[in-house]
Amino acid sequence: MSEGPLMRNLRTIRGRAYPRLIGSTREPSWFFFDVVLPLFTIAGYAYVYRFLEADAEFIGYVVLGGAMTAFWLNILWSMASQLYWEKEIGNLSLYLMAPTSRMSILGGMAVGGLVETTIQAAATVVVGVIAFDVIFSLGSPVTLLVVFVVTMIALYGMGMMFASLYLLLGREAYHLSSLMMEPVYFATGFYFPVRSLGRWAAAGASIIPITLGLDAMRQLIFPVGADDAFLSVNTEIAVLCVLCVVFMVLARYALRYMEHLGKTTGRLTLRWQ
Amino acid sequence: MAVRNDLRLLKSSAWLGWQMEANWTDPFLFATYSIVKPIAGTLILVFMYLVITGGETANDFFSYMYVGNALYMFVAEVLFGVTWVIHDDREHYMTLKHVYIAPMNFYIYIFGRSAIKIAITSFGVLITLAFGVLALGVGIDLGAVDWLLLTASLAVGLLCICILGLAMGGVSFLTAKHSIGINEGLAGVFYVMSGVVFPITILPSWAQTISKFLPVTYWMEVVRRAIEPAVMEGLAASSGYDVTGMGDMSNLTLMLLLLVSAGVFFIMSIGVFRVADNIARKKGKVDWTTAY
Repeated sequence: MSEGPLMRNLRTIRGRAYPRLIGSTREPSWFFFDVVLPLFTIAGYAYVYRFLEADAEFIGYVVLGGAMTAFWLNILWSMASQLYWEKEIGNLSLYLMAPTSRMSILGGMAVGGLVETTIQAAATVVVGVIAFDVIFSLGSPVTLLVVFVVTMIALYGMGMMFASLYLLLGREAYHLSSLMMEPVYFATGFYFPVRSLGRWAAAGASIIPITLGLDAMRQLIFPVGADDAFLSVNTEIAVLCVLCVVFMVLARYALRYMEHLGKTTGRLTLRWQ
Repeated sequence: MAVRNDLRLLKSSAWLGWQMEANWTDPFLFATYSIVKPIAGTLILVFMYLVITGGETANDFFSYMYVGNALYMFVAEVLFGVTWVIHDDREHYMTLKHVYIAPMNFYIYIFGRSAIKIAITSFGVLITLAFGVLALGVGIDLGAVDWLLLTASLAVGLLCICILGLAMGGVSFLTAKHSIGINEGLAGVFYVMSGVVFPITILPSWAQTISKFLPVTYWMEVVRRAIEPAVMEGLAASSGYDVTGMGDMSNLTLMLLLLVSAGVFFIMSIGVFRVADNIARKKGKVDWTTAY
């Protein structure tokens, strides 16, 4: 029985998301490795603020920022690098032969990764809040949800775009992902208000959706968050919406371009370059 | 003959590690990459400090924190490097099974691959310290550095970190995609418990007790005393109490404690690796790939 393109693509998304979700349940040790252990780094930064006798909100910033690092790591290692690794292990050619949209395959990766990482980040926040007595003040939960959703769409759109661009790379993929950890943690202000970098630097860092998303979330969660804000929440939501569209369009364009380039240069199945 | 074979293996695996780390690009880009990452990591802490203090860096605590953070690169990167060998060879290049059954000492192979990580990290640490001294006024006086103490403590400390990495490498035999989490997590334990960027005396008393079992705690203290003796003395004087919790210990005592704790961790790490290796063989995980 034939099915329409919509159903086929939805089934593709579900099919690609499935192994990520099932993979994590088959190996429950992820909770210890991905939730408990990273808390120590968060604790390190929290104790620095405590030693410096900073306001309690700064420890909350660290907990929230530490939880959000999970999304960035997921983008780097499970989205951006994924097509490259799929090529290395021989799955990429199967993806390209499949009678479905490549965007749906990437979408499935994003959905699977997003669900898994959201659980991880939420657990980090809960444990961090309990461990450090962080007080969250949710004045507008709906706005917070909107900020989170648009941040994630823009972020995973960026990840889908990177996934295509990484196909151009050989072993640079791993090194590029590694390079985009600490510098991005710094530029996006994961552990301190991004405004302190200066207006122009913060504006430049805003190309990475987590920068504005995190800044907006801090304003919505912490009573004095607005004092450290870079832009107003509404402005940040508007910019994030633009980033959603831009990254999705660029992801689609990049995917087509890379596939064409890979086919014409014969590099789609070239391994260990 | 066996020693010669081991040395040859060490050299070959170090060369392989270097090629894998560096031959993907030109030397300029590689050098840039090697500099940007550690500097950015350090700037996170610097900005956290600046946001709270309003820009004051000319004090002993800033130097204490900055040098500790620079030295921590050894802990994070070397742990990562050792563990990543298992993950990378197995999941990505699918060569672990070939290496594993080759007639050679597997430990030497791993240490050879990791040696290059130590070399690259040393470059990053030096750049970071130079940046701190030149741009931020970190209190390191080359004329006052205790080179003998520095060399001895670096040798023992780095060997200890490699051995710890081996234990984590064993654990990563049994896990799928958690290798990054394992490394970062264990490194995070040392970050909090070993007085890397703040004195351990700020920790709860139970955590301070754990700190005093960790070799990295003594390593940090003794390397700091070697690199920035004036800062350590100034910090103690300005605090008015034993702020590091180890102020009453001599350098010799610290070195002995470092050696003893490193010895204990050596035995534990070898044990963990062997147990994990045994389980991995029984469960057929030596050539396991997940790729989800």
